[in-house]
Amino acid sequence: MATRVIAGKTVQVNDEGFMTDPSEWTKEIAVEYAKEEGIAELTADHWKIIEFCRQSAATSGKAPTLRTITAGTGVSTKELFTLFPKGPAKKVAKISGLGKPEGCV
Amino acid sequence: MKKLVILGAGTAGTMVASRLSRILDSKDWLITMVDQDPVHYYQPGFLFMPFGVYEKKDVIKPKEEFIPANVRLVMSKIELIEPEHNLVRLADGNLLPYDFLVIATGADIHPEETPGLAEHEWGRSIHTFYSFEGAAKLADHLRTWQGGRLVVNVVENPIKCPVAPLEFLMLADWYFTQRGMRDRVELIYATPLPGAFTKPIAAKMLGEMLEEKRIRVEPEFMIERADPDAKKIISYDEREVEYDLLVSVPLNKGADVVGRSGLGDELNFSPVNKHTFLSDKFDNIFVLGDASNAPASKAGSVAHFAVDLFSENFLRHVEGKEMHALFDGHANCFVESGFGKGVLIDFNYTQEPLPGRYPVPVIGPFSLLQESRINHLGKLAFRWMYWNLLLRGHKVPLPANMSMAGKWKN
Ligand SMILES: Cc1cc2nc3c(=O)[nH]c(=O)nc-3n(C[C@H](O)[C@H](O)[C@H](O)COP(=O)(O)OP(=O)(O)OC[C@H]3O[C@@H](n4cnc5c(N)ncnc54)[C@H](O)[C@@H]3O)c2cc1C
Repeated sequence: MATRVIAGKTVQVNDEGFMTDPSEWTKEIAVEYAKEEGIAELTADHWKIIEFCRQSAATSGKAPTLRTITAGTGVSTKELFTLFPKGPAKKVAKISGLGKPEGCV
Repeated sequence: MKKLVILGAGTAGTMVASRLSRILDSKDWLITMVDQDPVHYYQPGFLFMPFGVYEKKDVIKPKEEFIPANVRLVMSKIELIEPEHNLVRLADGNLLPYDFLVIATGADIHPEETPGLAEHEWGRSIHTFYSFEGAAKLADHLRTWQGGRLVVNVVENPIKCPVAPLEFLMLADWYFTQRGMRDRVELIYATPLPGAFTKPIAAKMLGEMLEEKRIRVEPEFMIERADPDAKKIISYDEREVEYDLLVSVPLNKGADVVGRSGLGDELNFSPVNKHTFLSDKFDNIFVLGDASNAPASKAGSVAHFAVDLFSENFLRHVEGKEMHALFDGHANCFVESGFGKGVLIDFNYTQEPLPGRYPVPVIGPFSLLQESRINHLGKLAFRWMYWNLLLRGHKVPLPANMSMAGKWKN
């Protein structure tokens, strides 16, 4: 398993750069990951989604799919694409320190 | 007398009934199945219908033919499952109490969930091959189609048989070449995935095959709506893809009754333990086949391997013992690639598809992740195996869990 240093912390990552241990995550890491994904600043709307994803993963053991996020937060798919352009489910999972969402096999 | 009720007499339900009716003593067990449709569809055949390889009659048989003698099949819509009362309510008013329940109600397409799809152009310039009627209609349409831009779009994952859209495109390349009109047809694959497939090595190899066949991929395309008049599909990030003929793989969802009964997730797939298929919520409910939320491919081959292990587990579970035959997510899919060839992929929850050779006694080996004629023959032979071996609960000489034998690492 590879590791990388982000926001001054060494964390375990898989070969696509997703963190593999959600407990190593910090808010500072989220900010850095967001920058790498082209999101300059995390707003309150972003954090609401990130927090939902963290909670969802804590109970289910996996990153939520886009549908789980829209159903659980009431935020529409369209808005999610504005907040996390291109692949919102994948992007928010990465920023939230979770694995890549399963769902697609 | 213990009561086992199986909901759905499709691929998984029928295999479970065939297996358990042999293992369980009919003096102690009453097995009842419920389904609303008297016809059994060989769904993998839907892929071949649009190209005239199979006709309607090749993919249907009466369900009755496959129901074991000591199993009762009730023809009715299932209205509601009341897991707290161990009871199933049928639309015909009957009640079915159970000791153990197997949910095998599958998944179905929902084009009405995407604006613009199932409206006035549905069945005209917008088609699907993910249903029996749809595949038959598309066959009629293709027979007289003059060419243009054909776009295959997957609305959202998971879908049944995730390689079927790729197969459709590769068969289309072959079909239009045969008809001498390939240069008048543009083939495009608009998919929510970043590439041709989910797993890296297979995505690369299948991606290269698409390129060779001049099939263009529009990756990470999450459709928001179709504009049936302007003939284009529009993604959430406002990309537009124009088409002359749209072949849609609409949203796949589990049966409504699963959701209505409080046993489903957002897509009505029922949460289970992915190794045993025991419901997360109830200790006397198992969910097999496409109906569960297990992160394995929604495919008949997966259901078959899962049922192999389930039938071992079920007896132990009934006796209160721990289940020890654990499913690893094994999927074994023949990918039809056109011109009488095919590719085989074999993988599980943790091991992605690799190239190599897949050993099968007598008829094998098949080549993994490479095109070959024998893989195509394997795909066609699957229909015979399906009707004659799988549905009847016979053992097939393939291990239920995945094996690394013959796979090339690096
Ligand atoms: C185009 C296409 C190509 C495919 N290709 C392949 C392939 O090459 N290889 C492969 O392995 N798999 C393939 N599959 C997938 C395969 O067909 C399915 O995975 C398999 O049929 C799943 O079995 P199941 O028992 O879970 O569901 P099904 O076989 O769909 O059975 C579900 C049953 O439940 C019944 N039901 C549902 N709701 C109710 C209700 N409320 N009341 C009463 N009855 C109800 C239905 O009538 C149906 O009979 C393909 C599928 C499609 C659509």
